[in-house]
Amino acid sequence: MTKLVKNIREAIELSGLRDGQTISFHHHLRNGDFVLNMVMEEIADMGFRDLTVNASSLFDCHRPLLTDIENHVVTRLMTDYVSAGIGHAISEGIMDTPVEFRTHGGRAADICSGETPIDVAFIAAPSSDPMGNCTGKFGKSACGSLGYAMPDAMHAKKVVVITDNLCDYPLQGWSIPETCVDYVVVVDAIGDPKGIVSGTTKITRDPVGLVMAKNAAKVIKASGLLKDGFSFQTGAGGASLAAASFLKDMILKEGICGSFGLGGITGYMVDMLNEGCFKNLMDVQCFDLKAVESIKNDPRHIEIAADQYASAKARSSVTDNLDIVILGATEVDTDFNVNVHTDSTGYLMGGSGGHSDTAAGAKLSMIIAPMFRARLPIVCDHVAAVSTPGKDIDVLVTQGGIAVNPSREDLAEAIKAAGLPLIGINELKAKAEALTGKPAPLAHGDKVVAKIIYRDGTEPSPIYSVK
Amino acid sequence: MKRSMLFIPGNTPNLLINGNCLGADMVIFDLEDAVSPDEKDSARVLVRNTIKYLNFKSLGTIVRINSVDTDYWKKDLDEIMPYTPDMIMLPKTGCPADVLKADAYMTELEKKLGLAKNTVKLMLLMETAMGVENAYASASASDRVGAIFLGAEDLTADLRCKRTKEGREIEYARQRMVVAARAANVDVYDTPFTDVNDDEGIRIDAETAKAMGFTGKASISPRHVDAINEVFSPSEKDINYAYEVMDAIRLAKEQGRGAIALHGKMIDAPIVARAQQTIAAAVELGLGREA
Repeated sequence: MTKLVKNIREAIELSGLRDGQTISFHHHLRNGDFVLNMVMEEIADMGFRDLTVNASSLFDCHRPLLTDIENHVVTRLMTDYVSAGIGHAISEGIMDTPVEFRTHGGRAADICSGETPIDVAFIAAPSSDPMGNCTGKFGKSACGSLGYAMPDAMHAKKVVVITDNLCDYPLQGWSIPETCVDYVVVVDAIGDPKGIVSGTTKITRDPVGLVMAKNAAKVIKASGLLKDGFSFQTGAGGASLAAASFLKDMILKEGICGSFGLGGITGYMVDMLNEGCFKNLMDVQCFDLKAVESIKNDPRHIEIAADQYASAKARSSVTDNLDIVILGATEVDTDFNVNVHTDSTGYLMGGSGGHSDTAAGAKLSMIIAPMFRARLPIVCDHVAAVSTPGKDIDVLVTQGGIAVNPSREDLAEAIKAAGLPLIGINELKAKAEALTGKPAPLAHGDKVVAKIIYRDGTEPSPIYSVK
Repeated sequence: MKRSMLFIPGNTPNLLINGNCLGADMVIFDLEDAVSPDEKDSARVLVRNTIKYLNFKSLGTIVRINSVDTDYWKKDLDEIMPYTPDMIMLPKTGCPADVLKADAYMTELEKKLGLAKNTVKLMLLMETAMGVENAYASASASDRVGAIFLGAEDLTADLRCKRTKEGREIEYARQRMVVAARAANVDVYDTPFTDVNDDEGIRIDAETAKAMGFTGKASISPRHVDAINEVFSPSEKDINYAYEVMDAIRLAKEQGRGAIALHGKMIDAPIVARAQQTIAAAVELGLGREA
């Protein structure tokens, strides 16, 4: 028996895909992905109409999808994140039906529960054998973890693996087993390695970023959570990594060893593992080459599925046991609601990803953001989109002071006792506005172009078209 | 207690508006080397407005103007003096005549502006062989002088030697500057450590400066500020010892004893003076209580 088919078109034909059905893609190949475009080109050419695309994230490399939307090949979109190129078209009203934004955990949960069934999952795999045992850990397009593809593979009615590195059966160290896979297609290249993972992720050198990062690490220490067995997640942004760097110094100085680092794993988290800051890394996605090498070679670096990472509907998920998370924001309002979906002009340029999931689960969820970007204050009266509700955010660290959610009086006391610059969120807003002035409210159009579906199924705020 | 002073180029708005949150005890808004000739005008305005509109009350503010042998220095003072920074840094101070020249113009401006004389102090940047040799004479040339500051990069060029991390080539200059400052009763600041990525190096360099008697140290990178502040703050051990000294003195007085010893060592007047300085610094930094 073989599952090898001669090309993508044959796999689509064999999958039984029909008009109006749902197809899915993962985003582990990030901005270097060729697979979504290759599949959509065939689908459009075959004359399909009215499809739903459920992609864990969409990057600018996926802009050809906009043509499929204009031609009604695709009429419904579900995703967790869009980069600005796709986001701008959505904000300008390219779709008739609002785009559904979920969190990474929410997407996985809804796929696993059948809330958002997938008819055909197309899984880009950097290595696969002819029966579909596949992995992202090696191959010329290696991306590391395939965590976001796993729920799709487990629950889609048909699963097509697309690889550019066909290996002998059985593939050692598979991430997705053959039991999930219907067809395997070999292509010349599934992606451009330059866009898949960055060579290195770097700590910021910006002095303001470093001040915020240093204070963030001090807040973590003041919180009392930095003790043996702690768990930690941070993003790949420069200031977040700098905070991790300061935190690492504290951890090593005090001889503490954490239980696990979670994420979105960067080379910096790998260094922390290797220097004894954690016992394990739990990895749903690799951000750079060092992380890819580590997950391939180090058994302490564990690949996890998106539902294990952050599903609110699973019996448990790793975020439930997360102590500390460092997150970013484009806007924070005086109720601590956070926007990571739209920019200051109202255009979509992001998405929750794991933001809301980790904020909900962590004992200390911290936002690091500058007091203002360009001439716009970061703290406003009401965010344009509620990506993560304020009830899940404990503290905002800026260079102008540290604002603690009033629901966390204990944390405010600890921060004050540590001699850190505490400031009320309204005072912080006023401080920034004293420098920048108060921005005029952002006008938006009447059309709802997207809706945010929070991890508990509620829809905190619609996103409107730009004016 | 002013331990650290951080250079901020006068033509970098992003750093200027954030200068009060970078952790330094004093900021130096630079109108000199960091600013190219065609940006001198705009930098002057940026620095003026930074001092005028932003809150730097908790910090010391210093403006490094251009040297008195340029066409810029008077324009710098005209623009900046109305907003009364704590100090004007005078670069390339070579001799008392340079000090008196700047002092005279600052006095004239203070009079015009209705300010008391010496409202704005002078910090003398000594960065030539002549400047270092004349350190005491310059530091004591005017009661406007509040501090002197060693600039090792230009100095080593003038000395025709290589600047090294170890700093053997500036040992003499450092010692001479400290002695001159203490003799003139002004503060003295050490040269910046220029490798911004060497966290260990800045600490060692700051410890060297502290051991030699400097009041504090300048930095060209915010990354170095914490290390400087830590090194120039009294240590917990120093603070505890200072309290022990003061307690021993008090006890001896109560008991009517003259000579006293602590841990087998005689306590004399210099030890008491140092203990008082340590406690005063600890109180100012929130690290201790009054003795």
